[in-house]
Amino acid sequence: MSGSKALMDALELEGAKTVFGIPGGANLPMYDELFKSNIRHILVRHEQSAAHMADGFGRVSRKPGICFATSGPGATNLITGIATAHADSSPMIAVTGQVPISMIGKDAFQESDIIGISNPVVKYAFQPKTPSEVPEVVKKAFYISSTGRPGPVLIDVPKDVQQNEEEMNFPDVVKIRGYHPWTDPDITQIQRAIEILLKAERPIILAGGGVIISGAFAELQTIAELLMIPVVTTFKGKGSFPENHILSLGPIGMHGHAEANKMMVEADCVLAIGTRFSDRSVGKFEDFEKNLSIIHMDVDPAEIGKNQTASVAVVGDVQASLRIMVKMMIQKAIKKTEKTKWMKRVEETKEYWQKNLKIHQGDLGAAKVLRKLREVLPHKAITTTEVGQHQMWTSLFYNVIQPGTFFSSTGLGTMGWGFPAAIGAKVAKPDVPVVDIAGEGSFNMTENSLAVSVLENIPVIVFVMNNQSLGMVAQWQRTFYDRRMIGIDLKGCPDYVKIAEAYGAQGIRAESLDEIGKAVKIALKSDVATVIDIPIDPEEDVLPFVAPGTALKDMVLPS
Amino acid sequence: MWAILSVLVENKPGVLFKITNLFRSKNFNIDSISVGVTENPEFSKMTITTIGDEKRVAQIIKQLNKLIDTVEVKRLDEKMTVYRELVLMKIKASKPSEITEIMNLANAFECKIHDVRQSSIIVEITATPDKIDAFTDMVKNYKITDIARTGITALARGVNHES
Ligand SMILES: Cc1ncc(C[n+]2csc(CCOP(=O)(O)OP(=O)(O)O)c2C)c(N)n1
Repeated sequence: MSGSKALMDALELEGAKTVFGIPGGANLPMYDELFKSNIRHILVRHEQSAAHMADGFGRVSRKPGICFATSGPGATNLITGIATAHADSSPMIAVTGQVPISMIGKDAFQESDIIGISNPVVKYAFQPKTPSEVPEVVKKAFYISSTGRPGPVLIDVPKDVQQNEEEMNFPDVVKIRGYHPWTDPDITQIQRAIEILLKAERPIILAGGGVIISGAFAELQTIAELLMIPVVTTFKGKGSFPENHILSLGPIGMHGHAEANKMMVEADCVLAIGTRFSDRSVGKFEDFEKNLSIIHMDVDPAEIGKNQTASVAVVGDVQASLRIMVKMMIQKAIKKTEKTKWMKRVEETKEYWQKNLKIHQGDLGAAKVLRKLREVLPHKAITTTEVGQHQMWTSLFYNVIQPGTFFSSTGLGTMGWGFPAAIGAKVAKPDVPVVDIAGEGSFNMTENSLAVSVLENIPVIVFVMNNQSLGMVAQWQRTFYDRRMIGIDLKGCPDYVKIAEAYGAQGIRAESLDEIGKAVKIALKSDVATVIDIPIDPEEDVLPFVAPGTALKDMVLPS
Repeated sequence: MWAILSVLVENKPGVLFKITNLFRSKNFNIDSISVGVTENPEFSKMTITTIGDEKRVAQIIKQLNKLIDTVEVKRLDEKMTVYRELVLMKIKASKPSEITEIMNLANAFECKIHDVRQSSIIVEITATPDKIDAFTDMVKNYKITDIARTGITALARGVNHES
């Protein structure tokens, strides 16, 4: 059997149904086998988008999404997508073609050292040297990508390895000596965590992306309710806890909710679950950990003590850890029913800011636009975002109610991620509406995926908050550079309604809240992708704002 | 603070690159590194010395452990470890009597002597870094024209416990 055939068979054995990619000289043997296989190929228009689609698919299905690219430029085009998946711990298998082994190192046509280039942004990379290595490599790649802290794995297959035939053996299990993704959570540490939480005067839960990755929504909610303590999230953890729950305060961080940042600062003990304490979430590291006892749960031991010092650390899958915690609390009959002074303070603060946070008063102010979107979208709808002001407004004003329905490029902040990721998400869950909340600058970067959406019948909605500029950069220039505006004006070019139509998609311009509501309803019923173009005020800033390098307590509020 | 790390890795191409690239990308510092295959040819052992405070060294160890090609990472306790570095030094003598002086010094430090010539000599010293520093200090008055160091290599003292 050839290496290529073995590759397809091995992928099918892993349950692969779809791959996103573009063929070229060095992966044609693979494509020829793909043609004969049962796997659906979705032809993209740029490899970066193939990686983002695989990423979106992976985050939603919690199984690795798969992307294919040829050698050289095909492979390097994947890199931004792979790096994005790596930064957000998203499971992905990237399969690249490579020049034949005898040509490696000869600066051959379309040769690139993708193993070297990708090294810092993959969880692991394989380059099988003989066809018979392929089945084991694929098995290991899926195992590494999807277990422990998930991440992208690259398989770089030289063309002769694809073509040559060898006897194949498909292993059922693989063992990797240096890889131990399963750590049993330490029960004594969990016990200590409970004791500390019970003793704390002002406890809070900080839920990170790890809760979403491990699907520990029910466990998180149970613990919050049993202890009756407030829940804040990181931006990546947004929607790990229903944002309409009375205990929910929303995301903390640079553009966190005022009430979330305020209460985080006042807390004396935090149960931090599946978070790496990124600077965007916690602000200045030294200030965050001051007078705060930290209980840190994470699957990745290297996260313990990296950015913050924990007094109790529980290493292991956070769902497993939380399950043990729930069990212990039930055994000990821990169930708070009386509101503490702290909880009253939390409720007051939340109520105050929900009433009094100043929002843009224009008809198409960001808060109004996003609340309108929430109103018309069903709770099960999946939303992704691009990167910029619209993303941070989404964090502030779009409540995620059904856990695990919100995804964004939070670690790398990759403009152009949201739309292809939405397509990947829709492939994973075809029956659920998927909306990319976009800035036009970001959408412009990968808008050619409209062709994919239309031709492959993957109708998603692009909700463009169009301020005709690179708004987030403009905001920083207004704030930090004395309004010296440079490199931000997109001048309303192109016209996104016409762009949509050019691709055979549906384009709607919505110039009032009413029109937005109607447009979304039309889009929800549509068989093709819909781009809703909404002109918003280019001068609106995202507030509150915690400037980089400062602490959460230094949050700037709208005045 | 100085730390000696003993890192058991898969003996296959590209692993040294991954280790050094990890140090580079995380902004850690490699003071010295030595690599060689172990008694079992499937593994190589790297001895890495690095400098950093307690927190940083702990983080380096965790990041090394996270690499899939590392099988075991141990921090060696200086007191419980035999560690040595080998240094070759070519020293120039301006007159023949200096050769004798250098040889006397070398003997006092239990060095080996190679390639003795009229006006130059190669000295081999295998010792702990502080002893090497002391010797280097002593021969400073002569002209050292070339130096090659292997980096530290180390083994824990005592019987191995099967894990
Ligand atoms: C690929 C990439 N390039 C540049 C940036 C820097 N950047 C961050 S936000 C932003 C502006 C985004 O503009 P737009 O998508 O229109 O969103 P808005 O901020 O206007 O809502 C830029 C250029 C980035 N995050 N990603």
